[in-house]
Amino acid sequence: MFNTIKKFLPVLLSLLFVVACGGYDGPQSTFDTHGPIAKEQADLFYLILWAGMVVLVAVELAIIYIYIKYRRKKNSDKLPSQTHGNTKLEIMWTVLPVIFLAVVSVPVLSAIWSFGTAPENPDVVVNVKGHQYWFEFEYPDLDVVTANELHIPVGKKILINLDSNNVLHSFWIPKIAGKTDIIPNQGNFMWIQGDTVGLFYGQCAEFCGESHALMRFRVIVETDEDFESWVSHEKSEAYVPNDPLEKSGYDIFMSSKAGCGGCHMINGSKKAKGKIGPNLTHFGSRQHMAAGILDNNQINLRNWIRNPDMIKPGNIMSAQGAVYMDPNKSLTESEVIALASYLQSLK
Amino acid sequence: MTSIPLKLPFNIKLTRPVNPTGIWDWLTTIDHKKIGILYGVTAFIMFLTGGIEAILIRTQLIAPELKIIAPEVYNQLFTMHATTMIFLGVMPLSAAFFNFVIPLQIGARDVAFPRLNAFSYWTFLAGALIMKASWFLGGSPNAGWFGYAPITTATFNPGTGIDFWIVGLQVLGVASLAASFNFIVTIINMRAPGMTLMRLPLFTWMTFITAILLVLAFPVITVALIELMLDRTFDFNFFNTKAGANPLLWQHLFWIFGHPEVYILILPAMGIVSEVLPTFSRKPIFGYPAMVLAASFIAFMGWLVWSHHMFTTGLGPIANSVFTITTMLIAVPTGVKMFNWLGTMWGGDIKFNTPTLFSVGFLSMFLIGGISGVMHSFSASDYQQQDTYFIVAHIHYVLFGGAIFGIFSGIYYWFPKITGRMYDEKLGKLNFWIMFIAQNLTFFPMHWVGMQGMPRRIFTYDSEMGWAFWNAFETVAAYAVAFGVLIFVINMIKSWTGGKKAGDDPWDGRTLEWSIPSPPPVYNFRDIPVVKSLDDFWHTKQNSSDSDKKIKSKTKVSDIHLPQPSYWPFLVSVGLAIAGFGIIYNLVLTGIGIFIMLITVCAWSFEPVNEPDSH
Repeated sequence: MFNTIKKFLPVLLSLLFVVACGGYDGPQSTFDTHGPIAKEQADLFYLILWAGMVVLVAVELAIIYIYIKYRRKKNSDKLPSQTHGNTKLEIMWTVLPVIFLAVVSVPVLSAIWSFGTAPENPDVVVNVKGHQYWFEFEYPDLDVVTANELHIPVGKKILINLDSNNVLHSFWIPKIAGKTDIIPNQGNFMWIQGDTVGLFYGQCAEFCGESHALMRFRVIVETDEDFESWVSHEKSEAYVPNDPLEKSGYDIFMSSKAGCGGCHMINGSKKAKGKIGPNLTHFGSRQHMAAGILDNNQINLRNWIRNPDMIKPGNIMSAQGAVYMDPNKSLTESEVIALASYLQSLK
Repeated sequence: MTSIPLKLPFNIKLTRPVNPTGIWDWLTTIDHKKIGILYGVTAFIMFLTGGIEAILIRTQLIAPELKIIAPEVYNQLFTMHATTMIFLGVMPLSAAFFNFVIPLQIGARDVAFPRLNAFSYWTFLAGALIMKASWFLGGSPNAGWFGYAPITTATFNPGTGIDFWIVGLQVLGVASLAASFNFIVTIINMRAPGMTLMRLPLFTWMTFITAILLVLAFPVITVALIELMLDRTFDFNFFNTKAGANPLLWQHLFWIFGHPEVYILILPAMGIVSEVLPTFSRKPIFGYPAMVLAASFIAFMGWLVWSHHMFTTGLGPIANSVFTITTMLIAVPTGVKMFNWLGTMWGGDIKFNTPTLFSVGFLSMFLIGGISGVMHSFSASDYQQQDTYFIVAHIHYVLFGGAIFGIFSGIYYWFPKITGRMYDEKLGKLNFWIMFIAQNLTFFPMHWVGMQGMPRRIFTYDSEMGWAFWNAFETVAAYAVAFGVLIFVINMIKSWTGGKKAGDDPWDGRTLEWSIPSPPPVYNFRDIPVVKSLDDFWHTKQNSSDSDKKIKSKTKVSDIHLPQPSYWPFLVSVGLAIAGFGIIYNLVLTGIGIFIMLITVCAWSFEPVNEPDSH
């Protein structure tokens, strides 16, 4: 008997822990849902979880029963009854699962069609592009391009078109919707809807290279008014600094020596028209940097500019940026501070 | 029969080794039992290296934002861990059982093609060494074990790691194909008189089905690997997205192989459990025909479910619906097997020794993996679980709690037959309890962190995500798993060198391998047995008194014709390995390797037997 308890202790303990932790939901919990798709997915999950639990408990109890009841006694000589099978029982445990699965497949199939059909008149369309290792968000109807922070209006149907010109990625906002893969030349889409105003976490879920773990993003679900004011702010001209420190940062950024503009875009600038890195027009207004892994502040920004490879190994900027490739062009400490000040001024 | 005289194109006298000893014995052996031991020991060493990789992975994840292992190395570690466990661990461990046990279970003196069998082993070893050599030759593959294009193409992955992976897997594929054809032919042609298909022991049945799956599945991945190799080596455009390729092609090819592969991994373990449970319950297997049919149905359905690995790739609602239904269906025959195992034990007189414990452990763990598998068939909610630790938990319940527990059960079960000695029961039980408890503590919390949004294949995570406690917990538990395996190793070494003599039939066995001495003589059966029913040996024992058990054999041992050792299988594999390294480094080497293979295959074909007069 002691052995029996010992055997199932881990399972019981784990279950207990799960129950005990049930109250706690982290920022990427799929149980704490804030959108209709995640909600329906969680409901389906609970349906099959409880059904599975019934089977699990029943069979594990049967195993424990067998373990206690039918273990060989010392000096047992009696040959147990030689059953070769039982047709009725075997038909039963073939047919019952079929019926059960047929029943539960109905809500699953209906959900597949509801998630897999694009809304006819989406309120907002966003083209998501996966890069190594950050997300680009383009609102084609609103003429806005930003990175790593997706703003969407609350309660609206958002159509997301997914594309990549490099490797595979996967777009996932656990509290709002399950993931869909980003595949070059495939043209995937998904639709999402956020039902609560707030900040939500997202993460790339398909292995995409050295810093896959650091490819994250945020979703800001906001009221219609906030969303509209955000859009009009995004469409506004980029700030051109007057402050001497910010101005010197601006000059470095636009210089051909540093070459930042070859990859980054500042809307309206003639020198910064690159499309390889994130659009930085309103970088200073973002809460996070480096694809959701750091708070956007002076210290983090300076560290990033000094040596991006330390923070995000294998990123393209440290592999191709002139200031990181060519020792003659590397940035001095004062240049780093100036650049960081300029970038943060881009509210 | 007239023989056609064959002449060699060149005048070299070929000889076969005569009674080789020491290293030469092992290099030239074509005895299925020795090859089985070679397979088992090699695969177990590979299993240990895969375990070390796992421990390093878990160590990096013990706390958030750690920098113990560099991201690039971490990515190589998880790729190699899975590749090792699947292709160098579980598959060849199963092959070790096929080799040692199948001829004994069907009453044969060897496999159908003994030299091909040696070739399979040496080629497997070549593939394993190529794969593992990558650690020392510029870095291992780093794109995950299913290597989704285009991250495996030269544009995104210029190093040689992926080349090692491509070549290693292809060489391993050759080994698996050769072995599978061998076992299919062996099981069809070499059965003892009276051993009809429906009298085959279930382990033999599962081997038969596994071999058929392998023969059909490996060509698919070989096509994918060759396409990728052409892309990388000769700038082809199968997966070049810039030239318009849709990289989803890789995923389809990979999983059309990959899902049957899952059954290739688990069916042999199911076969082992189907041997162990009846033996120690002293009851026949419950519903033998249903077990065979269920396994065949699983094997067939295994071809119709591959896209459930791709539910989030945007195949559309029709494909997702179809694959949801086929995936659910596969749960039915799996359930039948589960219930029939319970039926086998029900009402039995069960001896809970180490093999039984591992088999019962298999049932209770595989059940959890099976249930989470059905949960994944819910494709609409699987969008949340795909590529998270929930999946990692699922595969480890199936492959560690399932396949590895089944294999451990088999090792303990056949240990007395293989070595002639008894394992240490106390250490065995300790081994079981530690592994059983620790594996649950390691893998069960992964369900939870997965649902909390932790993606797989991330080298670090933030403390604010709430995954830290369970990751630390899992890591400590993983160390305990390693400790359990260490006890197993100690038990094996100790018992193999100094265990008690086991005797021919320590378990009151049901199948033919228990009717011969332990370890079996080189010829296996002095007289080829005649089989009259399922579990014939057990019925014979039941119906006869002790006195007439020992019937004097009329066969003289010296009259038994056995296949003889050969140098050539080993040398062909050497050529194949050289050709493989050539793909990675220099095609001239490939030419040399192929030339060696041509020469040695010719020599193999024209090899004489040592005793021409015995025909």
